[in-house]
Amino acid sequence: MVRFATRWLVTSLLLLLFVSAFTFVLVSLIPGDAARSILGQSGSREQYLQLRQQLGLDDALPAQYWHWLHGAVQGDVGSSITSGEPVGSMLSGRIGVTLSLVASSVVVAGGLGVALGVAGALRGGWIGRAIDVLSLAGLALPSFWLGLVLVAIFAVKLGWLPATGYTPLGDSPVDWLRSLVLPAVTMGVGCAAVIAKQTRDAMRETLAKDYIFALRARGVSERSVIYRHALKNAAIPVTTVLGLVVAGLFSATVLVEQVFALPGLGSLAVQATADHDLPVIEALVLFFTAMVTTVNLLVDLAYVRLNPKVRAA
Amino acid sequence: MIGAALRRPALTVALGFLVLVTIACVGAPLWVPTDPLQQDLGAILQPPSSAHLLGTDGLGRDVLSRLASGGRVTLLGALEAVVVFLALGVPLGLLAGYHAGRFDTVTTRVAEVLLSVPAIIFLLVVVAVFPASQLATMITLGVLGTPNVFRVVRGSARAASQELYVRAAQTVGLTSGQVLRRHIAPALSGPIIVQTSLFAATAVMTDSALAFLGFSVQPPQPSWGGMIAEASAVIDADPWLLVPPGVLIALVVLALGILGDGVRDLAARSVASVERPRRRPRRAAPAAPRAPGPSAGPPALLSLHGVTVAFPAPHGEVTVVRDVALDVCEGQAVGIVGESGCGKSVVARAVLGLLPGGARLTDGSIRFDGRELAGRSERELGRVLGAHGRELARRSERELGRVRGAQIGFVPQDPIATLDPAFTVGQQLTEVVRRHRGGSRPGARARAVALLAMVDLPDPEQVVRRYPHQLSGGMAQRVGIALALAGEPKLLIADEPTTALDMTVQAEVLGLLRDLRERLGMAIVLITHDWGVLADVCDDAVVMYAGEVVEVAPVQSLFAASLHPYTRALIASNPLLARAGEPLPAIPGQVPAPGAWPAGCHFVPRCPLAVPACSGELVALGGPGGAHRTRCLRHEELAPR
Repeated sequence: MVRFATRWLVTSLLLLLFVSAFTFVLVSLIPGDAARSILGQSGSREQYLQLRQQLGLDDALPAQYWHWLHGAVQGDVGSSITSGEPVGSMLSGRIGVTLSLVASSVVVAGGLGVALGVAGALRGGWIGRAIDVLSLAGLALPSFWLGLVLVAIFAVKLGWLPATGYTPLGDSPVDWLRSLVLPAVTMGVGCAAVIAKQTRDAMRETLAKDYIFALRARGVSERSVIYRHALKNAAIPVTTVLGLVVAGLFSATVLVEQVFALPGLGSLAVQATADHDLPVIEALVLFFTAMVTTVNLLVDLAYVRLNPKVRAA
Repeated sequence: MIGAALRRPALTVALGFLVLVTIACVGAPLWVPTDPLQQDLGAILQPPSSAHLLGTDGLGRDVLSRLASGGRVTLLGALEAVVVFLALGVPLGLLAGYHAGRFDTVTTRVAEVLLSVPAIIFLLVVVAVFPASQLATMITLGVLGTPNVFRVVRGSARAASQELYVRAAQTVGLTSGQVLRRHIAPALSGPIIVQTSLFAATAVMTDSALAFLGFSVQPPQPSWGGMIAEASAVIDADPWLLVPPGVLIALVVLALGILGDGVRDLAARSVASVERPRRRPRRAAPAAPRAPGPSAGPPALLSLHGVTVAFPAPHGEVTVVRDVALDVCEGQAVGIVGESGCGKSVVARAVLGLLPGGARLTDGSIRFDGRELAGRSERELGRVLGAHGRELARRSERELGRVRGAQIGFVPQDPIATLDPAFTVGQQLTEVVRRHRGGSRPGARARAVALLAMVDLPDPEQVVRRYPHQLSGGMAQRVGIALALAGEPKLLIADEPTTALDMTVQAEVLGLLRDLRERLGMAIVLITHDWGVLADVCDDAVVMYAGEVVEVAPVQSLFAASLHPYTRALIASNPLLARAGEPLPAIPGQVPAPGAWPAGCHFVPRCPLAVPACSGELVALGGPGGAHRTRCLRHEELAPR
């Protein structure tokens, strides 16, 4: 267990270092001069010099990176160029929105995906075809487009749900949920198809195993055979896919938060990109990378939990 | 491969569509009806018409023209990304796969890291740094996608470099470059095409997403993603505008996906078709004279009569077991012997009502303890008898559910593979105990420990906590027997229970079975191909050959005076019974596969006694009468005088 934790920690730190260093190199590649490029031709000379200093451009690249890293370790990742606000507090104010969105999407994707997958494995037939259609749609339909179509139907035409905006959970749990339904479905449906497909294949494979036959021969009830024994064994490959899906969901927030005007980290990333607000983007890249490694850790833990063979090793 | 591709309509349509879209977009300036930038404020948000085939947008611009012109940008971007993807991923993958060592370790590690990078957000950094440079973002996307093709190419190259012909080429003195080019590269084209088409789909999607966010070509220049953003601004007034760009993106992505899947299937098929020639199965065997019903004597606990099982085949069904008769009295041990593939296990599965996928009982009756177990499937009976038939089928399934495990215990062949790897021995035993005897969890647990002690497992308290992979084969088989005993069955069916075990463990497990039979008074059906096992445990034996019972007799009579040439040959080829110094006789030929059974007696092609009459009609199970029956026309000549 200790070795496992150490390995994860080392891998994650290496990844974060790699990503942040790469970002720095990228910024240094800006043709001409980053400060000039950010300000455009309109900026005054004072603004330009101040920005150069703020970005630490007067130092050599390794020194710049070291300086930034030094701050980052202490929790200081700089301030926004546009608003002057500390980046840390900008992120913490918006993190709840993004996590709510990702969590509710996981519920949609996981619930729908596993249910459809199990049904598809047991029945085939029209459910099997539905999974095929759904997974093609999930692969092919751009999420931002799907979101707009859902808005056009359920918000504009039917008026059932709000088209945009976010209500914090603390203000009103019902409105919070209502504001998340369309975004979560937008992000979740495509992922549900991926999970359904994996669940169906894994269930089919598991149900063909010798031990499933033996369980039936021992008189174990069909419900237990499927939902206790087969599902637990099939869950092992499904968790791996679920991990990839959740990592993808974090990236998808960039688009979907924009579509539904949700004040989360994804829309912040878009705003910061448009404003060339480099400190904010750098911090966001790190944050999203950290989220991905965290999800990987959770998947590994679930994998160990589900698979006694790995646990013993 | 191209010829095969053209025979697949989905693949052809997808390919055709992609070519069409590419030509239409690249050649847009030559054919679009109006300038994509030309506004007409007098004709905004028009529905599709002959002048504007896809209508007009919020500024009165022709949607079709904008779509075609916008596609040039998107497709060019995708092309840039794909070029980087291939130029980087393929050579690196080849080198890493072909030259194991440090280069391989490092590149593989970097590929893993790249896979963990959240792509979209990383692209936003690039956009912030190089505003409005599609080339920069698409090159980055290509780099980020590289691990996908790298891994596939590396894997294939690694596998290919181990192939004998590649080794041979190296020995002959070809340089690495020559080997790569001539021998490894050709095997890679399939996987590379698959990865490339999937990545191209990602690139189209990503480019559209960036355009949607406003980070691609700047308005008023059209792009597919940008058109969706424009449509979202007028979503209240005219949701139609969402449709053309969204559907077009979806279709292009879909076509690329179909292309990838299709190429993968083609590659898989060309491999499979070499390995597995299709065999054309014969029609099911015609109806044949039935074996006589159960003989007089004590009422049988288990009685099979005329049992016939068919498996689904490409054209109809193939009969794998026909006209099987079998009687097992209370407390009796009956063995079923025969070579592999004779249908022994199928008979066991038929009794349990657990025939493998699609197989069904087409005829016959299976009575256990006075109840009929031979259920037809719900759908089958429903078709013939309507609702009443479905009810009958459900009743028969319920009947089986009550019998399975509770009254008929089953000991499978491979002890470890037949234990659920995700649960401990204790969890599995407790579940079965509670299923058949009810009771509390602690009570069932105590019973589980007692069962493990009953099968002579040392330290049962500790075994209860183990997972199947922590058991030895012999221990696992004892657990398997304990599981079969959990319901206190009247009959134990054991399917080759010792085949997967070591010799010494085999003897122990057989001893245990014999002992349990005496202590618990259970009847046993033992499936085996081992005459020693048969003689050790069983009273009676049933010999099966090619789906039929060919001889039934007390074990002693079989050894002393078998009345079927197959049984005789089988006994003669047993190494334990062979005389020292004489060559071991083997039966020439092989068991014919189901669907390829000869007409008449199934053993004719391998039988030293066959005469033309044997190939005439199916032979019925008959013989001298009493407990000894045989399916041989010439049994009288075999009988001792």
